[in-house]
Amino acid sequence: MDQIIVQILNGLDKGSAYALIALGLTLIFGTLGVVNFAHGALFMLGSFCAVILSRILSASHKVVDPDRTDFLGNPLEVDVFYVQDWFGEAAGAAIMEWAVPLAILFSIPVMIGVGFAMERGLIKHFYKRPHADQILVTFGLAIVLQEIIKYFFGANPIQTPAPDAFRGSLDFGVFLGYDPLTIMYPYWRLVYFFFSALIIAGVFAFLQFTTFGMVVRAGMADRETVGLLGIDIDKRFTFMFGLAAAVAGVAGVMYAPIVAPNYHMGMDFLVLSFVVVVVGGMGSLPGAVAAGFLLGILESFASMPTVVDVLPGINQIIIYLVAIVILLTRPRGLMGRKGVMED
Amino acid sequence: MAILSVKGVNKRFGGLQALGDVNLDVAENTCHAIIGPNGAGKSTLLNVLVGKLIPDSGSVVFDGQSVLGRKPHEINQMGISRVFQTPEIFADLTVMENMLIPCFAKRDGAFRLHAFEAVRRESDMIERAEAMLDEVNMLDKREMTASSMSRGDKRRLEMAMCLVQEPRLLLLDEPTAGMARADTENTIELLKTIRRDRGLTMAIIEHDMNVVFSLAERITVLAQGTPLVEDTPENIKGHPKVREAYLGEAQV
Amino acid sequence: MTDQSHSTAPLSVQQAATRNAPLARPRAGRGVLGLTRRDATLMLVVTVLVVFAPFILNPFPETSALAQFNAGYPDLMQRFVIFGIFAIGFNILFGLTGYLSFGHAAFLGVGSYAAIWSMKLITLNVIPGILFAIIVAGLFSLVVGFISLRRSGIYFSILTLAFAQMSYALAYSVLTPITGGETGLQIKNTDTPLFGGPESGIGRANLFGAEMGNSTELELGNWLFTFNLGYYIAGAALLLAFYLSIRIFRSPFGIMLRAVKSNQQRMNYTGLMPKRYTLSAFVISGMFAGLAGGLMVAMDTQVGPERMFWTASGEVVIMTILGGAGTLLGPVLGAGFIKYMENIISKINKDILHQWFAFLPDGMEDVMVAVVYPFIGKGWHLTLGIMFMLVVIFLPGGLVEGGQRIAAKFRRNKTQD
Repeated sequence: MDQIIVQILNGLDKGSAYALIALGLTLIFGTLGVVNFAHGALFMLGSFCAVILSRILSASHKVVDPDRTDFLGNPLEVDVFYVQDWFGEAAGAAIMEWAVPLAILFSIPVMIGVGFAMERGLIKHFYKRPHADQILVTFGLAIVLQEIIKYFFGANPIQTPAPDAFRGSLDFGVFLGYDPLTIMYPYWRLVYFFFSALIIAGVFAFLQFTTFGMVVRAGMADRETVGLLGIDIDKRFTFMFGLAAAVAGVAGVMYAPIVAPNYHMGMDFLVLSFVVVVVGGMGSLPGAVAAGFLLGILESFASMPTVVDVLPGINQIIIYLVAIVILLTRPRGLMGRKGVMED
Repeated sequence: MAILSVKGVNKRFGGLQALGDVNLDVAENTCHAIIGPNGAGKSTLLNVLVGKLIPDSGSVVFDGQSVLGRKPHEINQMGISRVFQTPEIFADLTVMENMLIPCFAKRDGAFRLHAFEAVRRESDMIERAEAMLDEVNMLDKREMTASSMSRGDKRRLEMAMCLVQEPRLLLLDEPTAGMARADTENTIELLKTIRRDRGLTMAIIEHDMNVVFSLAERITVLAQGTPLVEDTPENIKGHPKVREAYLGEAQV
Repeated sequence: MTDQSHSTAPLSVQQAATRNAPLARPRAGRGVLGLTRRDATLMLVVTVLVVFAPFILNPFPETSALAQFNAGYPDLMQRFVIFGIFAIGFNILFGLTGYLSFGHAAFLGVGSYAAIWSMKLITLNVIPGILFAIIVAGLFSLVVGFISLRRSGIYFSILTLAFAQMSYALAYSVLTPITGGETGLQIKNTDTPLFGGPESGIGRANLFGAEMGNSTELELGNWLFTFNLGYYIAGAALLLAFYLSIRIFRSPFGIMLRAVKSNQQRMNYTGLMPKRYTLSAFVISGMFAGLAGGLMVAMDTQVGPERMFWTASGEVVIMTILGGAGTLLGPVLGAGFIKYMENIISKINKDILHQWFAFLPDGMEDVMVAVVYPFIGKGWHLTLGIMFMLVVIFLPGGLVEGGQRIAAKFRRNKTQD
């Protein structure tokens, strides 16, 4: 039993990331009808927002400390961080430590900007072209984006730690009456899960309760009719692209402490996220979220030693296997609508 | 002698009885029109005939063989060709290539790995396609890309693609829907010529009474999924029941 | 493409036009090898390019500063033609039917594994190895294609991707006894093939005793040309693949494949089975991939699972589209172009750039180097990504279409003069 709980918990954070990326993919697909292969790159850009902000915050200048000398007896040069100059020693240190959460604020405008630019500059011209062309051009864009990041940040992963307060693990089992140390769960992963749940709930609430969201949902159901009502759906869809980019971005920011950002992380996630979207049902938001968590948890169950002993290698292929089975038995995915992408 | 005979066909979609106990005989060498108001089940019936839908009960026999449960390509190979409401052609291919495909389908069956023969060496097929194009007056367009033609030309190409297969029965689904007047007249003329010269059996589903009365030799009126009357055009014109089901609706 | 006639003219006018027009019918000439003269010319050009590649790709003398742009090295030339074969095969599927497979590297990988096992167990002769590679890849693509082709559009792409990633993951882990896992497979001196073992050191693939690595060198002044047996065998395979591809493009089967892309509904109602045609194209392209995989092993007797990773599948997609999907020459061009960038452009470093721009004033030199550097050397992927995007946006027919447009422009200018 405790093993099962551990695996569910382990699946949650990966599932959260899948769900967030799949949610963004589905928003773009459902509203704009565009298959965006660059969505993983947006996730990656988000991660690098965390890197960039923590670099900015730890900008420093050299000051000669008159009280200290190095081993040759010369006065010692020490790095002094600007934030500490401005906000004082303790506050400055805290700001630097909380770079990752702060990066969320930083990333939202950046990612919305990137999203707008992408939609206006590129995607707009591909609404009428075949899906294969959309896949190809966004695939090209993904390569370009990740190469730009590689040029500036190199090919190696960049460690981006979470604040000290969230290091270490929560003894989760104790709450359920298990002995201490049976079920340990890192704090940050818990944070990530709740954060994702919050974002997902936020997006759903936004679509459900605002007029804007209502129009967008109507547009997802029937684009032409909404256009006929005299509503400028295009502008709203541009905004949706920005929103989807921001969702991918913050998902990336918060994931930075879990997997050190590297330039190809977007592609790694994208392949799986597409599988998630297809399993959930192309164009279905609840489907995307449900499939994200489902596959994340399934994947971690498949990695249990007892399972791997019986079915070696199952952990590596479980997601693809599920995708193949679902696509062949339920062609529209778990919650897909009729007539979406069926030609 | 009926070439196509539909007996007791029923089809439900959920709570909707789309076809209720349909009996219909299409005699060889006639043009049989199926008319009826919107939602009368004309399209459903057509889809049953070509194998796209499987009815809940009843039988459809073409030339002594049951059609039910066969796939569209098998039904075509039995000798039934279909013309669609909007012309279904190979838009990216040239007119000649469009014509060659049914020629090959007729000769080689549903599939053949003729990957090593050169198209230009298939002189029999090319001659056949050209003769057919000539018959519909499109020979001068043979190298045009199909998508760049007018709707009327697309319709004629589709018709030619069906005819070159020498079908025993040609099904037409509102062949003049959405056409300009000139194109409609052309299409009627073309169909008349085909009917006259080839003695081809046709079943036509149509809204436009002008088309129906200039072509059909036999008319079945469908209403709410059931055949109401079947008779000659002259008798249908004045039939009170038809007036009620069809024209009566128009007055509302 | 002509689009003169959007006419709704009455029948009689068109009738008159037809009757008067002479029957412009391009008569089938006898041609060579069953090809039209135009295709035969194309075949001849490609043959000349392949045969004389060691000269053509080595235009700069060894001592010149431009020698680094020479690409006439055996292993690089082998890669050109092998990836050319891979892309030609992919093009038969994607270019004609429009089905975008994102998992074709799996067939190449499976072919490689088959070939190396043939060499380990049967003989170091490359012929059986390559044949096995084609057969095994063909069977594997039959299974994958049969399942994946039950769906179309993006679902098909995802299914092929899923199969390829599964193959990769399995080759990497569970199937280690067959695939050698992460380290892959090599021919070792402990291997004992049925016919003739590796006598000394690492076994080398051969063709009836002649080793793939055998080369003859020709020195002409400052030029050095290398003629490698392996390259010529792979080159012969490319010519065969190219020839087959022309025949397929010009066959009734080829028209059927384009019909699949155009309108499957009409195919069904014309008495045809589009699925079966697409599956045939899928298997044929899988066999081409297998041939490429087998040749890779013949040239360099080793194989690892990374050959099947999805980025490798993405690469062949890029090659085909960059060169021109649906054209005969496009895939070969695209493959050559990308492999050239990967191996030659990527080697250019900052020092070399400084040499190039040395003629500029110092400040300008630094600026130019700073501007150019991100796009070459290690940044060649960036250039590739940008080019790929530009092609998808502006030149759906790829480099081939670009060439045709330029040629057409020149021709027009000439007639105006």
